[in-house]
Amino acid sequence: MLFLLAAHAGVAAAIPWWQRRLGRAVWIVAALVPLATVAWAGTWTAEVLDGGDHRESLSWAPALGLTIDLRLDALSLLMLWIVAGVGALVLLYCRYYVERDAGRQAALLLAFAGTMAGLVLADNLFVLYVFWELTTVASFLLIQQRGEREEERRAARQALLVTTAGGLVMLLGFIMLGQAAGTYRVSEILADPPRGGTVSAAVVLVLIGAFAKSGQMPLHGWLPAAMVAPTPVSAYLHAAAMVKAGVYLVARLAPALAEVPPWRPMVLAVGLTTMVLAAWRALRATDLKLLLAYGTISELGMLTALLGAGTRTAALAGTVMLLAHAAFKAALFLTVGILDHRTGTRDIRELSGAGRRMPVLCAVAVLAAASMAGLPPLLGFVGKEAALEAFWKGTDIGGNELLGVALVIGSVLTVAYAARFVTGAFGGRPNAAVDGAERPEPGFVAPVAVLSAAGLVLGVGHAATAAVTTAYADVYPPGPHGPYELSLWHGFTPVLGLSALTLLLGALVHAVGPGRWAVPRLPDVQRAFDRATAGLDRLATVVTRHTQVGSLPVYLTVLLVTLVAVPGVALAAAAPSPGSPPLWWSPVEPFLAVVILGAAAAVVATRYRLTGVLLAGAAGYGVAAVFVVRGAPDLALTQFLVETMTLAMVVFVLRRMPPRFSPGRVRRRARLVRAAAAGAVGVLVTCFALVASAARTAPAISTEYARQAAETGAKNVVNAIIVDFRALDTVGEIAVLLVTAVGVMSLVRVRGAEERIPGGGAPGTFPTAHWDEPARTWLPGAGERPGGERSVLLEVATRLLFPSILLLSLFLLFSGHYRPGGGFSGGLVAGLAFVLRYLVGGRADLGAAVRVPAGAVAGSGLMLAAGVGLAPLAFGGVPLESALVTVRPPLLGTVEIATNLFFDVGVYLLVVGVVLKLLSGVGVSLEHDGTPADGEREGSHR
Amino acid sequence: MNSVDVTMALVVGGLFTAGFHLMLQRSLMRIVFGFILLGHGTNLLLLVVGGSPGRPPVVQGEGTAPTADPLPQAMALTAIVITFGLTVFLVALAYRSWRLSGHDEVRDDLEDRRIGTARERAGNDPGPEHGAVDGTTDGADR
Repeated sequence: MLFLLAAHAGVAAAIPWWQRRLGRAVWIVAALVPLATVAWAGTWTAEVLDGGDHRESLSWAPALGLTIDLRLDALSLLMLWIVAGVGALVLLYCRYYVERDAGRQAALLLAFAGTMAGLVLADNLFVLYVFWELTTVASFLLIQQRGEREEERRAARQALLVTTAGGLVMLLGFIMLGQAAGTYRVSEILADPPRGGTVSAAVVLVLIGAFAKSGQMPLHGWLPAAMVAPTPVSAYLHAAAMVKAGVYLVARLAPALAEVPPWRPMVLAVGLTTMVLAAWRALRATDLKLLLAYGTISELGMLTALLGAGTRTAALAGTVMLLAHAAFKAALFLTVGILDHRTGTRDIRELSGAGRRMPVLCAVAVLAAASMAGLPPLLGFVGKEAALEAFWKGTDIGGNELLGVALVIGSVLTVAYAARFVTGAFGGRPNAAVDGAERPEPGFVAPVAVLSAAGLVLGVGHAATAAVTTAYADVYPPGPHGPYELSLWHGFTPVLGLSALTLLLGALVHAVGPGRWAVPRLPDVQRAFDRATAGLDRLATVVTRHTQVGSLPVYLTVLLVTLVAVPGVALAAAAPSPGSPPLWWSPVEPFLAVVILGAAAAVVATRYRLTGVLLAGAAGYGVAAVFVVRGAPDLALTQFLVETMTLAMVVFVLRRMPPRFSPGRVRRRARLVRAAAAGAVGVLVTCFALVASAARTAPAISTEYARQAAETGAKNVVNAIIVDFRALDTVGEIAVLLVTAVGVMSLVRVRGAEERIPGGGAPGTFPTAHWDEPARTWLPGAGERPGGERSVLLEVATRLLFPSILLLSLFLLFSGHYRPGGGFSGGLVAGLAFVLRYLVGGRADLGAAVRVPAGAVAGSGLMLAAGVGLAPLAFGGVPLESALVTVRPPLLGTVEIATNLFFDVGVYLLVVGVVLKLLSGVGVSLEHDGTPADGEREGSHR
Repeated sequence: MNSVDVTMALVVGGLFTAGFHLMLQRSLMRIVFGFILLGHGTNLLLLVVGGSPGRPPVVQGEGTAPTADPLPQAMALTAIVITFGLTVFLVALAYRSWRLSGHDEVRDDLEDRRIGTARERAGNDPGPEHGAVDGTTDGADR
């Protein structure tokens, strides 16, 4: 089975290429696949009809319970024959019908045949659902064609919306059903049907999905609209196969769920109402395809009622009708296709005399229509007899008189529209449109003839039909009158009388029918669908207008209010005890708090950019002091250095921007709202901080770290965490740093590449001035700035201090394992040394200090860190594992080196490289880059 | 075991308030300052809520006083460095905005507003008649 499905997919994928070489012959190639399916299913007939089944399973993600389970049983066999048999005939028919875009159509039709086969074979609710939606997608693509015509797009969209919406509802039902049953395997659910309230809800949802797919009222609107598709598509998808999916699902689940409360009333009421009303609509149609479409809806209603009723006779009648309907309805659609193809019209009012012009086709169509009307000895008659038997005598379903009456009325109308079809399509004297029409080739009519003849053969040979259909119906116990047998002749029974009555009344309705008296019009669901979609559009507009105002402060306010409203209220509702927190940990803290909060408040109040950044830095230094007080020297060191670095970088940028913020005019109310939102978040965070630490229940996992750190040879536990225990985090972090540096570079370069900074060289490198050229100048770049801007004392002091600072940074790097310090702080110290050189000596001095491109430094750092992390793999370890190496170099005595020191060196290099890159971005690049865009003048004088 | 004290909780709350208040402004540079303050607040929050204070977590021979929890410190350290990278990125963003548009303000997105009004206009148009003939309609694609 898996192979068959794969064959469908594979051939469908290859067909567009083959089509270019083979031309029309590609249809025959395509038809071979469904033919093979029919033959393969035939080999299992004996076993399956004995009540056995054939299973295949493909484990996809067994841990999640996702397996592709397929199962062939009697019902699947019947459906597979219908799907593959009609599919093969339709594909052969297309050889004559399709004139353009054949590759796409053939591929889609074959792909559809494959998904439909998968649907009827699926033994898992999820697999079934996936195939279900795939058929919807295929239907969408086949209705829409290339999307060139408005009404095709519209019909395709409607079909997609209605059936996928139904599918989603059904999926919900499937999940409820699967949860209630404890399994998602269909065969297991059938073997041990679940019961209960959940199952009742699931039944409603699943049936809604099935009704949407099978065009049951009031969800049928998409099916007539879909008739804009080419006729073979209508014949296959919208008559024989896809719309049967809903009926199939009903038939599949009825043995398990027919007794669950809303199942039987829903199925019978919806099915029979649809049967009668849609048949009524068919009498009004003048377009032959539309007539058949409403006929299909009507027949699907009858099938839903029969297969869902949950009795043996009804199920038997349902399966016979399923088979009969697929044959005669596909044949009639294909007939219309030939008429349309040859005469250019399919309107009853324009067609006349086609019967004389194309007698063979007429005979074939009459045979099919007779099966539809239920004339003996055709299969339609056998099915109708069984249906009347099931509902009229309706032994074990309540309210059976009503059901029988509805069925009879439906059958009468069916006879009437079958007659209307035949007379409308073929009756009358030949007119101009028909007279000039070319007769169809034998190969064009042959698939239609095969389908029509199937109705006759299966009807006359009802014993063989019974063998197939009874195998499914036998899951139900026989009624009180014993098991019903299919037959053409049961003797003079009331059912025979009813059957004759339907034919008589149907002929009467047709005789006095449309043309003599207008058939009253029924309310149209199409309008309801249009209104619903238009209303949805309007709702979307209103929602968009009210939520997407385009203002960043408003969006952020909404976020903050949500933060306070949802987690805040939850926090307040839980009302956890904050314990008894001390006022302060150390008496220094209140003073630091005043400094930090004062600086923060001043940042809010200031109107100057530079003041703002200095005050923000002050708050940062205050935080660093808090880190010291609370026993986090590593943090404090990093915070101090980072704060300084941030300050330097922001100032580099700010020197190019106006000193004051542009004066904004903010309404008082808006200001109040913002202050209130920010204040509320502050209160929330304060409360959170108080209760969060009191909420701890387990001991900190880091209590083990001190012992483990000793094993790695480290004494500074924080450093051990960064370079060893959680080194993967660090690798990610330094990668992020590098990315931001690259981002900054690209952001500050506003001009194009052709406008290079004079003397700037390639991006990422510094000016090529070297401190030893000219040889006599000890302070390079001396000519760059006028003497009044320079301080020789500062420059000389910087030059002298620079090596010492670098040495300090190296000390921090190497001692980080034992004392506060490490790669980050070391790298930042080194970076600050370069910032100092740049500040004091200008870019040429920086160029003298760094001869390597910044990118190379940063990149080598990342490479080193990653390399050290991956190296243990070569020795059979796990990534990022570290080892302790003891070396005894002369003079120094015994030295222990942890391999993760090299990791820290990588971090150091990366930080230095990133700082250099940022310097080249916001420092050097901006030096010659002072004027904003032309709009600036008017912008700043607003 | 309560690792946080009232002063620190207030400092964290104050930093968040100031940070968010600045972020609600329209000037990109103010938003950057707000981001810096929020960064301070968050790093502090990580440290004070994550574990109890104490002696620096450096293994030494002497001393029996409890050491501070090293894990939140390592996390906060990572956070500090990332905050630095992001801050510089945001500053560069503000600079670019100023260079290209002459100001560093976040203006309202007019496109967003236009979506609402454009759809509204289309909705008010008297569309073509939707004649329904036996279920198939030939209405316009809206």
